Amino acid sequence: MKEFLEGSRAIAKIVSLCRPGVISAYPITPQTHMVEGLAQLVADGKLDSQFINVESEHSAASVVLGASATGVRVYTATSSQGLFLMAEVLFNIAGMRLPVVLTCANRAMSAPISIWNDQQDSVSLRDCGFIQFYAENIQEAVDLHLIAYRVAENKDILLPAMVCIDGYILTHGIEPVDIPEQEKVNRFLPEYQPVYKLDVDNPLTLGFLADPDYYMETRFAIQETHKEITRILPQLFTEFSSCFGRNYNFVEKYRMDDAEKVIVAMGSVCGTIKDVVDELRKKGKKVGLLKILCLRPFPLQEICNALNNISKVAVLDRALSLGSLAPLYSEIKASFSGKKKAPKIISGFIAGIGGRDITRESVKQVFRQLNQREISGKFIDLKPELLQEKL
Amino acid sequence: MSEAAAQVKSLFSSGHTACAGCGQSLAARLMIDAAGANTIIANNTGCLEVFSTKYPESAWGVPWIHSLFENAAAVASGIESALKFQGKKDKILVIAQAGDGGTADIGMQALSGMWERGHDVLAICYDNEAYENTGIQRSGLTPYDASTTTSPSGLKSFGNPRPKKPMPEIARAHGIPYVATASVGFPQDLQKKVKRAISIKGPKYLQIHVPCPLGWGYASGLTYQIAKLAVETGLYPIIEYENGVLIGVRKITPKPVEEYLKPQRRFRHVIGNPDELARIQEIANHNIKRYNLVTGSS
Repeated sequence: MKEFLEGSRAIAKIVSLCRPGVISAYPITPQTHMVEGLAQLVADGKLDSQFINVESEHSAASVVLGASATGVRVYTATSSQGLFLMAEVLFNIAGMRLPVVLTCANRAMSAPISIWNDQQDSVSLRDCGFIQFYAENIQEAVDLHLIAYRVAENKDILLPAMVCIDGYILTHGIEPVDIPEQEKVNRFLPEYQPVYKLDVDNPLTLGFLADPDYYMETRFAIQETHKEITRILPQLFTEFSSCFGRNYNFVEKYRMDDAEKVIVAMGSVCGTIKDVVDELRKKGKKVGLLKILCLRPFPLQEICNALNNISKVAVLDRALSLGSLAPLYSEIKASFSGKKKAPKIISGFIAGIGGRDITRESVKQVFRQLNQREISGKFIDLKPELLQEKL
Repeated sequence: MSEAAAQVKSLFSSGHTACAGCGQSLAARLMIDAAGANTIIANNTGCLEVFSTKYPESAWGVPWIHSLFENAAAVASGIESALKFQGKKDKILVIAQAGDGGTADIGMQALSGMWERGHDVLAICYDNEAYENTGIQRSGLTPYDASTTTSPSGLKSFGNPRPKKPMPEIARAHGIPYVATASVGFPQDLQKKVKRAISIKGPKYLQIHVPCPLGWGYASGLTYQIAKLAVETGLYPIIEYENGVLIGVRKITPKPVEEYLKPQRRFRHVIGNPDELARIQEIANHNIKRYNLVTGSS
C-alpha cells in the first residue's frame, strides 16, 4: 500500500526497517528530517538502536566506523559541508572495508554558503571508495537504501555505500511511496554477518600502517571489488525486482530506442527530463534520456551500449570540476575514447548549480543547443546581467 | 611467575619498532597488562600506532583499531555503542588512546564530545610533550621553553613560549568521574590508576608522562630517571580526582628544576640563564603549592 510521505520521513522509515544497531549524525540542512525521524522512532521504542548525537560530522562518521568495526549494522546521513568534514573518515571507512551506509542530501558547497541543491558534494567525493547511487524520486531513494545495505554487506564486496538524494527536491518533497513490510525487508536483507570484527575472543588489529611494500595492493583490491560490484549488482537488481516488483539497473534508458538526441543525467532532474521528452515526442522529436543510477562503480559498459548508436548526446552536470570539464561529462567523453562506435556529438551542459531550478524550458534549451557543433561547459540559465555588475 | 613468563604473557609484545628507551612503549605495556584481555582499544595516529602495528605485524594481544589522527574518541564511542547494542558492554572495557597532540590538539573536539556524552570509555594520553612521530614539532602539551623543531630556541627565542594546556583540568570541567595523571617513572602507580579507572563506570581520563629520548635529547638509558625527575621537581604533578574531588597526590621532596632540565637537549639553552630557569622553577612552585606536593604537608 502506498502512503504520501515526505522523502526524509520515507528514508527514516526504510532505514528503520533495515534495523541498524548504531545511528550517528550531526544536523545539517537539508539532512535533518531523516535523522529526526530516526531519533523519534528510537525514542518511541519502535527501533532498537543506539542513536548517538555527536559534536561534528567527523565524529558521526567515526562513530559509525567504530560501531561497524565491532560488527553492527550502522547508518549516518549528512550533506554538503558535513560530507566534506567527513571526507577524511569516508576514505578511511572504504579502506577498512566497512559496509557503512550513508545518505547524502545533495547540497551546494560554500562559498558562498548555499543550503540549496546541486550535486557538487557527493560528486566531488566520487574517488573515496564508496559505492554511489543517485535517486530520481522518493521511491527510488527508499529502494536504493535496501540495495545499498545488501551490496555493501555482501561478503565479496564489503565496501561502504552512499545513497545520494537531491536536497529539498527529494528530502522535503512529498510523493506516494511504497514502504515494504518488515518481513519482506528481513527476507531481502537478513541480519548483518560481519566477516571480521573487534572481538575479545579473537583479537584482531585493524587499521595497520602499510608501507610501500603493501599499500598499493589494498587500493588495487578496492578497485577490483568495484568491478565485482558491476557483476553482482545485476543479480541483486533481479532479486529486488522479484521481492518488491520494482526494476532497477545501473542506467535507465527512457524512450531511447530510435532517439537521435539523448540527455545523460543523474538524480531528480531525470523526472523533469522525462516530462520534456514526452512533450517533445508528441511533437515528433526523437529525443530520450539516459539516467545514471550508479556513479560508482561507473557503469562504463552499460553506458557505452546505451549510447553508441545515439547520434547526439548531451551530458547534464549538476556539479563542476572548476578549471576543467564537468565531472560526469568528462567521464562520458572518456568512455568513448578510442571506440569506433560512438556518438557523433557529446556536448556538456551545466545547470541547477546552487539550487537554481532546472525547468522544462532549461531542458528544452539543452536539446536545442545539442546540434552539429560539439560544445562543453555550457551553462544553462546563467544570468549575464549579474556578471556585468561592477563594484 | 618468573619474569620471563610474565614477559611472554604480556598483551603488548616485544619486537615492535619503538626507539630504545621509549617511555611510551613501556607505558603502553604497563597499561594494557593492567587493563587485561577483555579490552578493545581505539588508537589515534602517532608514534605508538606506527611502531606497534606496521603490517604484517602487531604488538597487540587485544582487539585494536586505528582509524585517524583525531578520531579515536569517536571511534571508541562507536565501539562502546555497538557493544551496548550487542548487550556486551558490561563485560568489555573500551579504551581510546592517543599521544599529546592527538589528545590535546587535533583530537580535543572528539574527546570532549565523548566525555560530554558520557561514554563508558577510558581515554589515555601518552604525553611525550611534542609531535615526536613527525619529527619533534611543538604540541599543546609541549612545556614552557622546550625547544622543538617548530618552536626552536634561537637568538630571539627561548623555545616554546607557552605553558602546557591544562588537560586534566579541562577533563575535570566536563564533570567526568575520574581524572588522573601518572608517570612511566612510577609503574606501580600507573597500573593502580588504570585499574582504579576501569572500576568506575563512565568517561575516564588518564594522562601518562612518557619521556622520549629522541625528541627530548637525552641518553636512552635515562628514561626512568628523567620521568621521576619531572615528578620530583614538581613540574609534572601526579594527581588523582574522583568525582571532581582530589583524592590523592604523589608527595615529593622538591628538587630544583635544573636537575630535570639539565640532561635534556631541548632545555640546553636555558641552562645558565637564571631568568628562564626562575620562570620554569615558578611553574614547579605553583604546582607544588596548588597540589600540596611537599612530603609531610597535608
